[in-house]
Amino acid sequence: MSNGDDVKTLIIDDQEVSARRGQTILEVARENGINIPTLCHLEGLSSVGACRLCLVEIKGSNKLLPACIATVFESMEVSTDTERLRKHRRTILELLFAERNHICSVCVSNGHCELQTLAQEQGLTHIRLPYRNPNLPVDASHERFTVDHNRCILCTRCVRVCAEIEGAHVWDVMGRGINCMVITDLHEEWGSSTCTRCGKCVQVCPTGALFDKGKIGSEHPKYPDFLPYLNLMREAR
Amino acid sequence: MNIEELEQIAEGVRQENAQYDYEVNVCMDLACASQGADKLREALVQAAEASGKKVLIRRTGCMGPCSHGPLIRVDHADTLYRKVNAGHAESIVNSLGGEPVPELQCDLNEHFGSQVRVVLENAGYIDPEKIEDYIARDGYKALLTVLTEMTPAGVVHRITESKLRGRGGAGYPTGLKWGTVAKASGDMKYVVCNGDEGDPGAFMDRSVMEGDPHRVIEGMAIAGYAVGAKKGFIYVRAEYPVAVSRLTTALREARRRGLLGNDICGTPFSFDIEIRLGAGAFVCGEETALIASIEGKRGTPKPRPPYPAVSGLWSKPTLINNVETFANIAPIIRNGGKWFANMGSERSKGTKVFALTGRISNTGLIEVPLGIKLRKIIEVIGGGVPGGHTFKAVQTGGPSGGCIPAEMLDIGVSYDALMAAGSIMGSGGMIVMDDTSCMVNVARFFIEFCMTESCGKCIPCRAGTAQMYTLLTRICNGTATMDDLELLENLCSTVKEASLCGLGQTAPNPVLSTLKYFRNEYIEHIVNKRCPAGVCSMETPVEVLA
Repeated sequence: MSNGDDVKTLIIDDQEVSARRGQTILEVARENGINIPTLCHLEGLSSVGACRLCLVEIKGSNKLLPACIATVFESMEVSTDTERLRKHRRTILELLFAERNHICSVCVSNGHCELQTLAQEQGLTHIRLPYRNPNLPVDASHERFTVDHNRCILCTRCVRVCAEIEGAHVWDVMGRGINCMVITDLHEEWGSSTCTRCGKCVQVCPTGALFDKGKIGSEHPKYPDFLPYLNLMREAR
Repeated sequence: MNIEELEQIAEGVRQENAQYDYEVNVCMDLACASQGADKLREALVQAAEASGKKVLIRRTGCMGPCSHGPLIRVDHADTLYRKVNAGHAESIVNSLGGEPVPELQCDLNEHFGSQVRVVLENAGYIDPEKIEDYIARDGYKALLTVLTEMTPAGVVHRITESKLRGRGGAGYPTGLKWGTVAKASGDMKYVVCNGDEGDPGAFMDRSVMEGDPHRVIEGMAIAGYAVGAKKGFIYVRAEYPVAVSRLTTALREARRRGLLGNDICGTPFSFDIEIRLGAGAFVCGEETALIASIEGKRGTPKPRPPYPAVSGLWSKPTLINNVETFANIAPIIRNGGKWFANMGSERSKGTKVFALTGRISNTGLIEVPLGIKLRKIIEVIGGGVPGGHTFKAVQTGGPSGGCIPAEMLDIGVSYDALMAAGSIMGSGGMIVMDDTSCMVNVARFFIEFCMTESCGKCIPCRAGTAQMYTLLTRICNGTATMDDLELLENLCSTVKEASLCGLGQTAPNPVLSTLKYFRNEYIEHIVNKRCPAGVCSMETPVEVLA
């Protein structure tokens, strides 16, 4: 950094930290060991600010900002773990658990699920909202993978990794509001779609919605860490 | 084209009109047209021919009090006739030059007396498909003045001086927005007109686009000059086919006259406008979703910042204003910023068009100076609640707004006062409710609207509005408990504070405002299983999922 203006100093949770201009609050927080919960964000993919779990408070503003998108400015004071934020985070997680059919005990991702881990971190012990119990399909037409829409939280990581990294753009979102669903191509079966069978979507999926065939309960850890390295290698080329 | 040529066109129109002895303006807006204004016009033409009188029969845009339609105005006596049908044509033509037809006259002096018309100044006076009619009423004069006598900074200054605030709902200062886009760097900039009017019961923008399309075009061209943009888009919802066709005609006429296109009026300024159709999504009225939609992508909002003024359409600096905001520009340029700032209240200047609907005598479009008492709008201009019922609440701002109860009718209508009352100005819909409305049911209606119109991108709005709908349905059918009410209030706070865009952030307003002013109705539903207004049926205690 040649210019002094390019380095910012700020305070996150009473801790003084430095950052480069253009960095997001989330990046700076994680560099300094401060944990902000995220679900739709994944290092290596574009940020959409959709899950709203990474909302933080900025001193002097009543608005909550998504840490994965909001960039730092000089002398800003960020709070990442206030009672107000914890309350919203718990409600958002509750909304997700009540939205579709998340039954951990029979899920391939049990024990490796980001939604489950977040619920434990946030101290979610029970769901007060009425379960919606929607009737959603499972598409097992692909020879290697399965999509179980009951476990999908619409984070759109699969959509982004397919479009941005694999370059195939097989996945997309269909419908509106509570009726949204991820689809392959123009809502064709995954098995007969233009899928390249690379499997990146399965690895980035935070829950058990996308999984390798042949895995049974609690047996499916995922490895999304390849993304930043893949990006680095591509940039170096 | 220069000022003299404009004046020649205006003079031509005046000479043409002078050939006629009488003028009859027939309102051809949707409400009147659906009640037979077309047949009425034909009958008038025939009757005029038969009588031998020289009558100019002109089709115009909305005249205002739609509930009295079909409306016509006979200009020599400046008389408005209401509930006219084809059968009346002969007696109307016969009365020209004599006494007005008494049984058709409407006594709306009070209705019009409290109004000030700026945006609607031409409504009911011009044929929207004739650019000459618009020019004859000072049209495009402002654009020519701007291009030949003012600097872009001077234009921004004048708009800032007028203290005009965005008429789309949030009330962001227009001058500040223009200034920001003008200062943004980049050789390519865009001007976008938001005509995706989606609030239930609101039709101000439709009437402006249908009744006076050139006014919007002129405003946009002036904006283009002020911020340094060469290209504009009008985003209109496809459910407004008449507006689309009128705008298309208007754009063609303006191009033909050299008022759009390359080197407008011989100056180096070039500007052209394209129309883009919305595909029926309410969320596309949100500016970032609208931009995505114009770009051909799925219409979902993006977090701001960056604001469109810095990075908008195709990541270029983009000025987005509402139809009504652009419609205010030409009069401000013509009459000066101070003239505009003299109207209205302390922090809300000028006039605002409202669409009055619901349980009120005079439904239709009104334009009032801001700061006017809500009571005056309801009781004087609106003519009060008909049928011996009593006024209960007025919902402003559509699904993003709130219900204002009878005891608060003495607040002045301004951005800040409505916000303080738990509602918003919004785009200008006003839905009046009387004692036959159940406020819980009203809240449930608006939440259902937001639930089905949510884009589904962020969790609080997607799943939160659906859960709110479920809880409100429980309350309405008498199966809710007080715990459900607490849950509902908790959800309201998360949906309001954590949602990504304005749709979600304001979706709880109808619930919050009815909870604030009509909490007893909620309690009555829950505890006594009774709907005070007798609207909700308590007989089917079935769990309903959205």
